[in-house]
Amino acid sequence: MNNRKLFAFIPLVIFIVLGIFLWRGLSIDPTELPSALADNKRPVPAFELPSLTEPSVMLSNADLKGEVALLNVWATWCPTCKEEHGFLNRLAQDEGVTIYGINYKDEPAKAREWLRRYLNPYKKVILDEKGTLGLDMGVYGAPETYVLDADGVVRYRHVGAVDASVWKTLQQVMAQVEQEAVK
Amino acid sequence: MIIPELGEYALILALCLAVLLATVPLAGATRGNTLWMSYARPLSKGMFLFTLFSFLCLSWSFIDNDFSVVYVASNSNTALPWYYRLSAVWGGHEGSLLLWALILAGWTLAVAVKSRNLPQDIIARVLAVMGWISIGFYLFILFTSSPFERYLPGYPQEGADLNPLLQDFGLIVHPPMLYMGYVGFAVAFAFAIAALLSGRLDAAWARWSRPWTSVAWAFLTLGIALGSWWAYYELGWGGWWFWDPVENASLMPWLVGTALVHSLAVTEKRGVFKSWTVLLAIFAFSLSLLGTFLVRSGVLTSVHAFASDPDRGLFILIMLAVVIGGSLLLYALRAGQMRSESSFGLLSRESLLLVNNVLLVVSCAMVLLGTIYPLIVDALGMGKLSVGPPYFNALFIPLMSIMLVFMGAGVISRWKQTPLSMLVQQLWLPGIAAIVLGIGATWLYAGELEHWVTLGIVLAWWVVLAGLRDLYNRLRHRSEKLAGLLKQSRSYYGMVLAHLGVAVLVVGVALVSIYSEQRDLRMQPGDSVTFRNYTFVYEGNKHVEGPNYTSDQGQIRVLYEDEPYALMRPEKRLYTARGNVMTEAAIDPGFTRDLYVALGEPLENGAWAVRVQYKPYVRWLWLGGLLMTAGGLLAASDPRYRKRMRSAEA
Amino acid sequence: MKALLLSLMLLLPFSAQAAIDAYEFSDEQKEARFQQLTGELRCPKCQNQNIADSDAPLASDLRREVHRMLEEGESDEGIIDFMVTRYGDFVLYRPRVNETTWLLWYGPFVLLGIGVLVVVLISRNRRQSTPTGPKASSEVGGQYQASEGLTTEEAERLNKLLQRDSDQ
Repeated sequence: MNNRKLFAFIPLVIFIVLGIFLWRGLSIDPTELPSALADNKRPVPAFELPSLTEPSVMLSNADLKGEVALLNVWATWCPTCKEEHGFLNRLAQDEGVTIYGINYKDEPAKAREWLRRYLNPYKKVILDEKGTLGLDMGVYGAPETYVLDADGVVRYRHVGAVDASVWKTLQQVMAQVEQEAVK
Repeated sequence: MIIPELGEYALILALCLAVLLATVPLAGATRGNTLWMSYARPLSKGMFLFTLFSFLCLSWSFIDNDFSVVYVASNSNTALPWYYRLSAVWGGHEGSLLLWALILAGWTLAVAVKSRNLPQDIIARVLAVMGWISIGFYLFILFTSSPFERYLPGYPQEGADLNPLLQDFGLIVHPPMLYMGYVGFAVAFAFAIAALLSGRLDAAWARWSRPWTSVAWAFLTLGIALGSWWAYYELGWGGWWFWDPVENASLMPWLVGTALVHSLAVTEKRGVFKSWTVLLAIFAFSLSLLGTFLVRSGVLTSVHAFASDPDRGLFILIMLAVVIGGSLLLYALRAGQMRSESSFGLLSRESLLLVNNVLLVVSCAMVLLGTIYPLIVDALGMGKLSVGPPYFNALFIPLMSIMLVFMGAGVISRWKQTPLSMLVQQLWLPGIAAIVLGIGATWLYAGELEHWVTLGIVLAWWVVLAGLRDLYNRLRHRSEKLAGLLKQSRSYYGMVLAHLGVAVLVVGVALVSIYSEQRDLRMQPGDSVTFRNYTFVYEGNKHVEGPNYTSDQGQIRVLYEDEPYALMRPEKRLYTARGNVMTEAAIDPGFTRDLYVALGEPLENGAWAVRVQYKPYVRWLWLGGLLMTAGGLLAASDPRYRKRMRSAEA
Repeated sequence: MKALLLSLMLLLPFSAQAAIDAYEFSDEQKEARFQQLTGELRCPKCQNQNIADSDAPLASDLRREVHRMLEEGESDEGIIDFMVTRYGDFVLYRPRVNETTWLLWYGPFVLLGIGVLVVVLISRNRRQSTPTGPKASSEVGGQYQASEGLTTEEAERLNKLLQRDSDQ
């Protein structure tokens, strides 16, 4: 009889556990994907692509090395990219952050016009017209912003616009990466 | 201009009545105050009338194109035909909740009107529980999701239009049927809670809730079948089940509901499994509520989830905690004291039905696990993963195959004790016949024996033949066979129909899953493709103007064995208000196969991407669903339920 | 606020276009593998769709990659690895069997085992606990007792009704 009474509580216990997970689920965004590169601390995949600003110059992994930097994936067809562009300009000018750009699946002429009109926050812009580099990096939506360490290894990814609050997180990650390098 | 406000006030009044309904009759039942208990019926009627009035107010705002109402403006448009304007009432989150509340009030009313012969304290408790559930939904609507909110001070001159996917006959009927099912389980739930509260958990309780459960189950079956049919022709790629969280949310209560329908039969006839049956009744409705949470809170990604909002999610979660947590606590406190006064052997109808219950509940648990597993893993910080059709198929199909085996044996078996020798003696012939006919039919159809198809067809024959053997047993001793047929009860024929529906469904699933054929082609005018004896000739596109869209209509001439057969016209529509593009597939339906043509993107040189599909026996899926629905309704209409109630009153 | 509204709108099923591209395959087996693979890979960008059904540009890119690799003679495992390296386990609709997914893959079978065990135990217990003698057992089995919350008259009436019913 006593056993039976205990058994009768099993459904309640299961439900409570389930409820806790569902409650946790409310604060998780299921559409946000982790980056396979950042999770495994892998370098930016090997590439050989022209520069957007100087089409005759070819860029490769070596061009992304040397200092802790941001790598921003953008395109003129992406409305959120326009939203964050002003903030990226401020980061580059006022805070002196090094930002590389990947112009992702875009028309080069339009992209160059955009940089002329809205200013260019990028140190170098990789022209990824076919989206091959984007695919290798696991880009699933523009804009995306990656934190690279001095060896060109991906340490963090943010999907969506960069604004003041996102920048805080990115700044922390960058500081941490720099500290690790010192050790 | 004041109509939406009236609708909101009516809803507030309905809430007040629900509060009274939830408290006064319940207090009366506890204290034995007949006057207080007698308020249950009028309160239920009032609650229904005010909810109906509120619903009509919202409908009026849609008909009237009152775009000052936010919900109308975001789900309707002046160019929308009137019937879609009406079905747009439940085209979005807020309105569909109002429909849910209306149906809940409707079921409450039905219980109040139809159960005149139940003991007064039982009916008072049942209606009070319905009142509690109603309070939750009215509060949810009024506080987080009012469809009557206005744009103030300025409002748009034109509405944003109803999502084109939903501008379709399927949407007019699918949600109401589905909600009838979900909410119908609230009645079984209310009966179970009332029985737990009163401590009178007996066979009478099972008999009272049986017809309600069967009706709810039938509606849910129909709702799911309609949803599958709608996805098939409307989404444009010919799938009929995607194991999407939203679909799983409807499948889980269906699986448990099916277990409940069977378990209630045992409890009614034999007085066993009482606490198990009560638990299933609680589960069935809890899973309906859980489905609402999963669909509307945004915790899972789904193709057709509603626009989500964490606040709403939190509200539903609190409601889940109160309703499910509360009822399971009550169950834990009361069910431990229940005792069954019956015996049955390892081989008996009881034990076989229990095995059926175990398989259905395990399948449901599997679907639940698969649906929320990504969430669990994510919440534990173990990364992101996806659980999709390959997982569900890999586990669901074996579980259901085992169940089909037991289905045949269960129909033949007797209560209390069934000797193994009797089962063998009765079933060897149907068994061998099923294997022979199944293998033969598969071979004739396909010219090969693909193992899943063969298994499916054999099991379908097995279910049908075992059922025939049972019918033969029933008529064997009667001299007048025809009169004997007529003498069988409606609930028996309901069972036969539903089981036949399962067999038909299984045939459809097996054949359409394995033998569908699809070609994706680049077609220029004049190009053709031939397969399965059909030749499809692309003759170019026509421009067509609809009421709120423009369309490119492909002209595809179909020949059957080189004879002209049909002209199929798949469309690519541009809905002007929102600017979305929609594929409208052309379907040539048939009893043994559908031809399915969809138009893709325009390619260079006047060519178009075209998808041509051959879908064998796909209609059998929904035919099976319809048979099950009919079976459920027929069983519920058995006169003995009414007779029983009348004599209980005497 | 605008961004919020936009993202809310995007959650609705916005378009239902069949994603159709007319790839040509060197043999039929590759075409079948293409349909199988694209059916089991999830589109990272979309709500909950495989890359075969989705009309998102990313899904179309991934289909192109699958087609390219198939024609280059890559194995199914190679193609799946390619996707997982880039997008993580999220793209697999058929989750891999590992520590994280043991509960997912084996849990239902364990549950089934427990269920069957319980059924066997219950029907054994029930059989043993019944009084001896076939007649007595069937009486107790089929009849309702006053103890079950029924008054004696109620139980009698119920049993009479059940009797009437058992012929059906």
